[in-house]
Amino acid sequence: MLRFVRQRVTASLISLVGLIVLVFFLSRLTGDPTNLFLPIDASDQMREQFRQLHGLNDPLIVQFGRYVWDLLHLDFGESIRQARPAINVVLQAFVWTFQLAVITMVLVTLAAVVCGSLAAFNAGGLFDRFVSLLSLIGAAAPDFWVAIVAITLLAVKLSWLPTSGTGTLWHWIMPIGVLFIRPFGLILQVVRGSMLSTLGSAYVKTARAKGVRTKSIIFVHTLRNALLPVITVIGDQAASLLNGAVVVETIFGFPGVGKLMIDSILQRDFNVILAAIMVTALAIFVMNILIDLGYALLDPRIRY
Amino acid sequence: MLSTEIVGTPEAIAVPRGTAATRVLRMLYRDKLALCAGIFLLIVITCALFGPYLLNDIATRPNLRARNAPPFSLAHGWLAVLGADALGRPLLARIIVASQNTMAVACGAVACSALVGAVLGLVAGYSRGRGGQIIMRLADIIMSFPSLLLAVIVLYMLAPSVGNLIVVLAITRIPVYLRTTRAEVLEIRERMFVQAATVMGASRMRIVLRHILPIVIPTIVTIATLDFAFVMLAESSLSFLGIGIQPPQITWGLMVSQGRSYLANAWWLAFWPGLAIILTTLSLNLLSNWMRVVLDPVQRWRLEMRKTEA
Repeated sequence: MLRFVRQRVTASLISLVGLIVLVFFLSRLTGDPTNLFLPIDASDQMREQFRQLHGLNDPLIVQFGRYVWDLLHLDFGESIRQARPAINVVLQAFVWTFQLAVITMVLVTLAAVVCGSLAAFNAGGLFDRFVSLLSLIGAAAPDFWVAIVAITLLAVKLSWLPTSGTGTLWHWIMPIGVLFIRPFGLILQVVRGSMLSTLGSAYVKTARAKGVRTKSIIFVHTLRNALLPVITVIGDQAASLLNGAVVVETIFGFPGVGKLMIDSILQRDFNVILAAIMVTALAIFVMNILIDLGYALLDPRIRY
Repeated sequence: MLSTEIVGTPEAIAVPRGTAATRVLRMLYRDKLALCAGIFLLIVITCALFGPYLLNDIATRPNLRARNAPPFSLAHGWLAVLGADALGRPLLARIIVASQNTMAVACGAVACSALVGAVLGLVAGYSRGRGGQIIMRLADIIMSFPSLLLAVIVLYMLAPSVGNLIVVLAITRIPVYLRTTRAEVLEIRERMFVQAATVMGASRMRIVLRHILPIVIPTIVTIATLDFAFVMLAESSLSFLGIGIQPPQITWGLMVSQGRSYLANAWWLAFWPGLAIILTTLSLNLLSNWMRVVLDPVQRWRLEMRKTEA
């Protein structure tokens, strides 16, 4: 077990280092933030001072060395835009995205497992077809389009919900609803498929022959075994939820890490980009490891 | 290509007549949903190929009298049947013209990623050397991070153009093909006919290209169809965020984003291009589902049997 965790952590760290190197040099290539932050009529001396202050004068390799050295001391540098430690800016935004992602994933999982099991139990039935159609459309709809159609309908025409921002519980409904659609369809299909194959297995037939109630066959006997492949997909989807979060946060003005990243890229706030990437990547790695350990909990046959 | 010969049909079942192509078409005709999807995609492809040459003038000429003209009226010509945008340009014409850029990016990205991914997958799967390991680790790095964010960063560095968009989207999608191909190759290379070919003295190149590749191709084609939808959505998202294709060029995602400012009084500006995206991706998904069955020799058998019975 420990050996497995150690292996995974090393592999993750290597990917993380690769990512940092890639993003560090790519982001520096986007250009000099000096012109963006100083007024047009700033003197050469002021520009020089700005570059000196943020260490933009040195050769790239020296900048990189300094960045890594600071990083080893857990110093993520300073945000040029907000003039406070980059890591604080990122963590503040990350908490928002984290909440959004966790709430969405919990709802998606619950809904998909219940609907998927029911669809599989009555395969080919009306409910099954309806749910399959729903998941097909969900996989095809671009989230930004769903988001603005929802805003037009629910916020502008009917004024039931606020258009954007945060504050009350009502503000959460549309972002979660939009993020919900795609993973719901995908996970539902996996639950359905996995349930179908488990329902065909011998021990389920035995349970039926014994006269066990339908409800407990689905939710006690089958579901536990059918959940294994589902967990993998949930992990994948949670990571790609961040893709959706970028779009959804931008549209709904949600102060999460996706919006922060887009803003920082546009404004060349390098330290914030890097810190944001590290925090998200770390979160994804931790989640992946937890998922692998979750296998062992669900399936006693798996040992690391 | 479709590896019909590999299956071999037992004498007991009536052998379906005609060439492989007509058999496939007949199977497509049986599945009405897939047929609709196929026809719709054909229309989209035709629009993408010829639309800009026929309609570019109309789609870019402003007409102030038709500003935000509502849909379902023929007052401003049949091309304005879906309404007109803020400068009075007919939406239907613009959607048709925009299909070229949307399709070009998606086709290019899918073709590049499938090609590179398949080649690397064949290498990683067939040679057990260190090279394969390095390729897989690189794929892990790409997979470990949300692709849209990576695309945003890279695109911001390069100037956004059709070519760069294709490269960026292709890079983020390579691991999908790479992993699938490698997994298939690892399994196929242990089969008897590969060993037989080795014993007969076939070169490694010949084994990979003539014996392994034909079996892998159907899988790659199926994934590519599904991935086409994904890439289209990704491109639209990027255009929507303002880091994809830049105006005056248009794509469907860009049209949605431009229509966003007029949501309150002219919903059709953002609605129709979005619907075009949905219908296209939906068709691709349906077609990919159908292809998964048809290109799989084991399952296609059942389809053909059902067909001859009917």
